[in-house]
Amino acid sequence: MRLTLHIWRQKGPKEPGRMVHYEARNANPDMSFLEMLDVLNEELTLKGEDPVAFDSDCREGICGMCGFMINGVAHGPRRGTTVCQLHMRKFKDGDVLYIEPWRARAFPVIKDLAVNRTAFDRIIAAGGYISVPAGSAPDGNTILIPKPVAEQAMDAAACIGCGACVAACPNASAALFTGAKIAHLGLLPQGQPERDQRVLKMVAHSTLEQFGSCTNIGECEAVCPKEIKLEVIARMNRDFIKAS
Amino acid sequence: MSSVAIDSHVGRAARLYQAYIGKKFVMALTGVILFGYLVGHLLGNLQAFLGPERMDAYAAFLHSMPNVLWLVRALLLVSVVAHIVASIQLTALKRKARPQGYVKKEAIGSSYASRTMMWSGPIIAAFVVFHILDVTTGVTNTAQYRELHAYENLVYSFRRIPVSIAYIFAMVALSMHLYHGLWSMFQSVGISHPRYTPVIKRLAMWVAILLAAGFISIPISVMTGLMGTKL
Repeated sequence: MRLTLHIWRQKGPKEPGRMVHYEARNANPDMSFLEMLDVLNEELTLKGEDPVAFDSDCREGICGMCGFMINGVAHGPRRGTTVCQLHMRKFKDGDVLYIEPWRARAFPVIKDLAVNRTAFDRIIAAGGYISVPAGSAPDGNTILIPKPVAEQAMDAAACIGCGACVAACPNASAALFTGAKIAHLGLLPQGQPERDQRVLKMVAHSTLEQFGSCTNIGECEAVCPKEIKLEVIARMNRDFIKAS
Repeated sequence: MSSVAIDSHVGRAARLYQAYIGKKFVMALTGVILFGYLVGHLLGNLQAFLGPERMDAYAAFLHSMPNVLWLVRALLLVSVVAHIVASIQLTALKRKARPQGYVKKEAIGSSYASRTMMWSGPIIAAFVVFHILDVTTGVTNTAQYRELHAYENLVYSFRRIPVSIAYIFAMVALSMHLYHGLWSMFQSVGISHPRYTPVIKRLAMWVAILLAAGFISIPISVMTGLMGTKL
């Protein structure tokens, strides 16, 4: 299949970038989106041009490393899927695709489609953990957690920190990410001792990193590859108001 | 002792407001107050269908307790100002958060109403200013304006077609604002439930539609001659 690609090219964080037009002639429906770009990059390298930089790691949709905008949608048109698990059979021969990096002040472009997401790590470092004495592992079932609660916590813990929520949000808010981390720990008994401090610190830090505010519109939920729900944001709001 | 307690309360409120969640909390609370007013105002207005005597008696009743009237007006003014100030601060935050936009951006998970709150809001605010000048103070009303003759004032006002059209337009904006705002306020204060939130969203939609329909029914009645024929 043949595709027309418009890809954001930017040499470095301080360089100006622009959309560059490419023709992908050797795409095949069984390739993942990243493999299609790999093929394009091989062609560019053979021609002596700079290949398109993009992040990826596991290519199994579980690590959170990959992600960019395809035609204005984070991770592309398939719901609940990262770009590495998005296959070219989702597209038609002759499609025109605009490929852009996540856009947020907190996510500066490193090169082309690769953005710096260490702001997320710093939000975690601000309070997204539990301080436990690092001894031997406790016996199984010494801390009882009802099954529905464990499931809810697990749903929130599914967040892979890819940044699609920020990218899709008109306010570039990190509310879904921060909310997922707060819900994940706040639902479990182990997370209770630091629950108030955690939410205060993580929310304050997300603003410090210049993420925007949440307007409850739901764009993040729609693009999240792990289908994390707006409910985690309500939980974060509730915890924050209580803790303030 | 008490001063320490007050300080800590003030400190807590300030800390809450500093965060965007606190600003959204204020928007939700003031939103509830303003929504409560809208319901009361609609019930008051619909008395126009019961005739001039009933409508004017209601206006006189409201003005018979000036203290309460001004207390309510002050509360509404404070709410409107707080609602607007918080929204402006949050918009400034949003602008800073994404200095460079997308070449192509699609909305796939949000309603048109939710994305245009910063359009519907200012439209409503501008309308409210005009509305007060028109039917409360009479500045922009017709020459026949007489204070406390609420029924006549509204009939004469709505006989001017552009005024009625502007009113209907503003009520559509109000309806859109409420469509998102009425459920969003629950989310902002932290109330969300997998079963009840979808119900709240549906209720918000119906309340938004019915409220606007109620308000719009009055200019429509005047323009079609159903109301105020004897004037």
